Amino acid sequence: MEKLKFLLAGNPNVGKSTVFNHLTGMKQHVGNWPGKTVEQKSGSFTFENYEIEMIDLPGNYSLSPYSVEEIVSRDAILEEENDAVINIIDAENIQRNLYLTLQILETGANTVIALNMLNYAEESGFKIDVKKLEETLGVPVVVVDAREGDGIDELIKRTIETTKNPQNVSDRISYGSELDDHLSQMKGMFPNVKIGTAPESWINMKILEGDDEVLDVVENSSDKQKLKDVTQTRRHLEGILNDQVDNAFIDSRYSTIEGIMKEAVKKPKGTKETFTDKVDKIFLNRILGLPIFAIIVYLIFQITFIIGTPWQDLIDAGFTMLIDYLTPMLGEGPLASFVLNGVIGGVGSILTFIPIIFILFFLLSFVEDCGYLARAAFVIDRFMNKVMGLSGKSFIPMILGFGCDIPGVMATRTLANESDRIATMLAVPFISCSARIPIYALFTAVFFKNNQAEITTALYLLGMIVAILVAWTLKHTTFKDEPAPFIMELPPYRMPTLKSALLHMWERGYLFIKKAGTIILGTSILVWLLSNLPIGVEEGSAESVIGVIGSVIAPIFSPLGFGFWQAAVALVFGIMAKEIVVSTFGTLFGVGEDGLDAVLPTLFTPLSSLSFMVFTLLYVPCFACLGAIKEEANSWKWMMACVVICCVVAYICSLIVFQGGLLLGFK
Amino acid sequence: MSRTVADLQPGESGIVEKHNVKGTLGKRLREMGFVNGTPITLERKAPLGYPVEVRIQGFSLALRKEEAESINLE
Repeated sequence: MEKLKFLLAGNPNVGKSTVFNHLTGMKQHVGNWPGKTVEQKSGSFTFENYEIEMIDLPGNYSLSPYSVEEIVSRDAILEEENDAVINIIDAENIQRNLYLTLQILETGANTVIALNMLNYAEESGFKIDVKKLEETLGVPVVVVDAREGDGIDELIKRTIETTKNPQNVSDRISYGSELDDHLSQMKGMFPNVKIGTAPESWINMKILEGDDEVLDVVENSSDKQKLKDVTQTRRHLEGILNDQVDNAFIDSRYSTIEGIMKEAVKKPKGTKETFTDKVDKIFLNRILGLPIFAIIVYLIFQITFIIGTPWQDLIDAGFTMLIDYLTPMLGEGPLASFVLNGVIGGVGSILTFIPIIFILFFLLSFVEDCGYLARAAFVIDRFMNKVMGLSGKSFIPMILGFGCDIPGVMATRTLANESDRIATMLAVPFISCSARIPIYALFTAVFFKNNQAEITTALYLLGMIVAILVAWTLKHTTFKDEPAPFIMELPPYRMPTLKSALLHMWERGYLFIKKAGTIILGTSILVWLLSNLPIGVEEGSAESVIGVIGSVIAPIFSPLGFGFWQAAVALVFGIMAKEIVVSTFGTLFGVGEDGLDAVLPTLFTPLSSLSFMVFTLLYVPCFACLGAIKEEANSWKWMMACVVICCVVAYICSLIVFQGGLLLGFK
Repeated sequence: MSRTVADLQPGESGIVEKHNVKGTLGKRLREMGFVNGTPITLERKAPLGYPVEVRIQGFSLALRKEEAESINLE
């Protein structure tokens, strides 16, 4: 069987992933581009007697190296061995889509165009002459209907044909006489500059444009000294054009597109009111927009947790039953305890998150595919931008954090901008998730009988304020220099496909089990070892390693009002899952959870209990959440940053509460 | 003071003359089709006043205040 490799390129929202899913189905592999936080999706399929590997490039509007996504795409086209680039374009948006097409053709890549959503375009009055389009572009154009899967076989067939005789049409593109003249003068000037498969014309154009990435390559080549000449040419040109050279190239590409449009496309006369216009009149209405947004966010939240939580409890109960069932067989002893509490308990805690992650990603992909997600960001953007320095798209992850921080962290996938994504990810853990409720419930019931609701509300507010401050600080310090371009497309509403939502759900859920799961299981085993060593010690007692650690670190918490070893141990266990703090206290005092009411007042005062609640709210999120952060940010650095920020913030806030409270005369 | 996209009322159209957005964002705007002579329509404003939705080259984009103010119209 012959092997081929195709790259799939196109603008966002053109049906690229639909084509990719159609072809590769479940045979997909999701990873990251080497050294980048950008997701790489690849997959394979067989067609006739070819085995075809396909890489789905990030959705881009251009190949200029302004964002990581664009650099990744460009490098892939130039440097990744490939037999063809399939460029999907949205017929209704053909003019803007052709901009990327031209840039792909400039690289000399063997390209095939897939013209998608022609039916929508024709409905709204476009007339596209496919033959003419092929002639003017010089590459095959195949009409496809990605949703129905029509034309995709033909697309692959034509693409395979082109690999027999790969075309490079880069020399057909003209940039107007002024630029063309200077480009031809540059011929042969940089014989030693090689960038993947890029033709000389492309390299020369990028040098003339002053493309940083390409200039770096030239700087390190033996043709370096000729750069001076080009710099002079560039100045000269800028004088004539009264504009930057790269801008002139952008304009000339658009005039080329204008020419192509005249040849092959008849645009609709006037504008008909589309379905999207009608829906947006209501959904983006100045009065109704926000209430509708609130209802949809509320529904996402409610459906995720109302449907998800019973399943979560069911899985939890299943694991408890399994442990109860296995206990008599394995008997007592270290091995049994290791298997039951360490391994099965650890696996159980991973799996309980699966229902909410599956449901959430099903819903999110639905909302994104149908086109509302961009509108939600549109409606709330001003608020998020003013208050947190983030974009409107950060709102949904933050809200999900109230249910569980893990889906919140995972939902940051929907953010296009890397700095927004990381700032949101590091802010979400401060949002008070539902696992913290048992802690508040226990302590407020014992110490604040008359103000339970007020104290709990205050804690939620504190979490939100801290999240806002953390995001704001990150955006104004660490990410200060990164431009946050906000030019968000509002794509037409489309009926989402079930297949794509299901695939998306499976993919995310599976990744969570695989990636975050290893971290969770590893740490569960580690904590088990710590609480059961040295051999023979009672689990989690003062003599166990964890008890000793607890005693050693306890004094650190003295200024916060809870400098005893049990609190320290409970906090360590709490990193496994916050609700464990409560059961740990129960075990440590040997009274079970029900007897805690009587024991806690001997250790905590109302003030120190408040300080403890503040600390549990803000300190390190659970391992599952850390695992999700590691997996989403694709970096240990940001996960560690999260740990450090959380610890510092929690310590400072608790210190203020306890010492401030003492000063004010509270106890 | 020339008119900018921010001066358009919902439903009103204009022709892009130039934009003075600096750096990456400016280049990106240009690559998205904000080139001389392109017709642009302000479709609506967000409930909080900004961003605005504009229609250019046949598609809809959301622009924040700063961007809208820096795109000059003929």
